[in-house]
Amino acid sequence: MNALEITDLYKEFAGVPAVKGLNFAIPEGEIFGLLGPNGAGKSTTINMVAGVVRIGRGQVQAFGYDNQKDYRHTRRLLGIVHQEIVIDNFFTIKQALEIHSGYYGVKDDPAWRNLLIDRLGLRPHLGKVMIKLSGGMKRRFMIAKALIHRPRLLILDEPTAGVDVELRHGLWEFVREINKKGTTILLTTHYLEEAEQMCDRIGIMHHGDMIALEPTHDLVRKLSNRRLKLWLEEPLASLPAGLEEYAPNIENGGTVLVLNLPAGASAGTMLRHLCQSGLDIRDFETDQSGLEEVFIQLTGMGGGSNGSAA
Amino acid sequence: MVQQPDNRFYAWLPFVTLLRKEILRFRRVSTQTLLAPIVTASLYLFVFGATLGNRLTVLEGFSYAQFVIPGLIMMGVINNSFANTSSSLFMSRYLGGIVDLLVTPVTPPQFIMAYTLAAMLRGLLVGSVVLLISLLFASLPWEYPLLAALMAMIASFLFAQFGLIAAIYAHNFDTLSVYTNFMILPLIYLGGVFYPISILPDPWATLSYLNPLFYLIDGFRHAIIGVGDTSFAIAFGVSATMATALFAWAAWLIGKGYRLRS
Repeated sequence: MNALEITDLYKEFAGVPAVKGLNFAIPEGEIFGLLGPNGAGKSTTINMVAGVVRIGRGQVQAFGYDNQKDYRHTRRLLGIVHQEIVIDNFFTIKQALEIHSGYYGVKDDPAWRNLLIDRLGLRPHLGKVMIKLSGGMKRRFMIAKALIHRPRLLILDEPTAGVDVELRHGLWEFVREINKKGTTILLTTHYLEEAEQMCDRIGIMHHGDMIALEPTHDLVRKLSNRRLKLWLEEPLASLPAGLEEYAPNIENGGTVLVLNLPAGASAGTMLRHLCQSGLDIRDFETDQSGLEEVFIQLTGMGGGSNGSAA
Repeated sequence: MVQQPDNRFYAWLPFVTLLRKEILRFRRVSTQTLLAPIVTASLYLFVFGATLGNRLTVLEGFSYAQFVIPGLIMMGVINNSFANTSSSLFMSRYLGGIVDLLVTPVTPPQFIMAYTLAAMLRGLLVGSVVLLISLLFASLPWEYPLLAALMAMIASFLFAQFGLIAAIYAHNFDTLSVYTNFMILPLIYLGGVFYPISILPDPWATLSYLNPLFYLIDGFRHAIIGVGDTSFAIAFGVSATMATALFAWAAWLIGKGYRLRS
C-alpha cells in the first residue's frame, strides 16, 4: 500500500501557481526526500498533505484515505514537524505531549510518551514551560510532538534547519530507527548530503514541478559526473591527443591530469583511450559528484556552499 | 515503532482535549483572566454600591446597588467570554501555533464548541464571583433565577462567538483592541448597565433600543429584579436571535478555514 499518493495536485496563491499538477507516490516503509530550492513548492505540497493549505485541484491520499473527504482518518495517520518552530508557551513538555495525543484522538500512553522523552533527551527539561527551552530543545520537542500519536507517516519539513551537527546526527539516527520499525518518512532538507545518506528515493521540485524522481543511488549515478585524477611520472607539456572528450585538465605543473567521465559514458572506453595515450601513470584517484552537483545541474542553481543548496 | 495495545481513535477525545487545553490556558494566567476582572467589578461595586449608590435612585422601589449589580455581573460575563476566545484564537494565529490544531482530526464543530465552552466557563465564573461579592453590598430579589441563568449563558455564548469572529478578522493586536475599546465597551456603557434607558431623553432612548447589548443586560436584570425597560420575551428573543446569527457566522468562518488555512 502507498503511504501517500498525490495525483494532479495544483495550488496557486493570488493567481501565481506554487504547485503545478504534481504526481507521485510514497510506498509504505520508505524514506522519501523532497528537495528543491526555496520557493520550489515543497512546503506548499507538504502543507496540502497535512491540511494546513487548502488543495487547489487534485487529490491527496494517505494509506488509501482521501485527505479531504476522510480528513479525520488521514490526519490521525500523519505526524508533521513544521519548518517553523511551533510551540505553545503556556505549557510544559509533559502537558503539551498529553494534549497533542488527545488532539489526535489517542489516549495518553505514558510508556510511549516517556520513551520519546528519553530518546530525544527531553527528560531534564520536563517541568519547564516551552518559552524557557533552547532552540535545539524546541526542535526535539517538535519531533516528540509529531510522534506522540504514533503516526504511520512522519513528515519532516526542514527539521534540522539551524540545528547543530550533533543534534542533527542524533535526530537522523532516531528517524532511521522509527523508519525501521515501520513508519514511513517524507522529509525535506537543505542538507543534501543528509538526503543522500537518508533517503531511499528523492524527488526534486523546481518551480512547482517534479523535475526528477528516482532512487537516490540511481539519481546520483545517472546524473552525476565521475572524475578520474591521475598522478603522472613525467610532467605533461600539453594535453594528450584522444582524451578531449573527457574535458581534461592539467594541474600541479603538469604532473596531475584530471579527466571527467560524463553521466552515462563508458568507463572501459575511457580506460582504453587512456592506455592508447601512452601516459606513465604513477597513481590515480576517482570520485563522484554528489547530490549537490546533481541538484545544481537540474535546477540551474549555483553558488551554494557547505552542503547547502538554498 | 513499539506496538501499543490501545492505539484506537476516540472521536470525542480531540474535543475534550481542546476544551481542557483552553481551560488550562486561562487558568495558567488567572491573574489576568480571572483576578483582574473580579477586582475591576469589585471596585465598581464599591463605588456604586457603598458610596455613590446611596445617593442615587434610578428605579422606583430599588436601591441603585440593586439596579446596577445585574449590569455589572453581565459586564463581567460579556467582557470575559469575548476576551477568552478572541485572545486565545488570535494569539494562536499570530504566533503560528494554530497549525498544530489544523493538522489534527479536530472537526470544525469540535473546534467551535471547545473554544466556546471554555469562554463561557470563564465568563460565567467571573460573573458568579461578582455576584458573590455583590452580596456584601445589596441583596437581590431573584424573581426568575433560571431565566437569569439562561440570559447569562446566552450572553457568554454570544460573546464567545463574537470573540472567535474578531480573532479571525483581526490583522494585529491593534485591530483586535478596536473590537474591545470601540465596540464592546461603548455598547456596554450605553446599553443600560448604569442607568435605565427609559430615563434618557429622545432620541437617545430610542437609539438605545438599537444597541444589541441593551437586550442582554435588560433581560438579565428583568429576570433578577422583575422589571425592565422592555419585556423579557423581547429581550430573550433578540438575544437568542443574535446568538444564533453570530454562531452561524463563526461556524461558517471556521468550517471554511477562513484566514486559518491558506
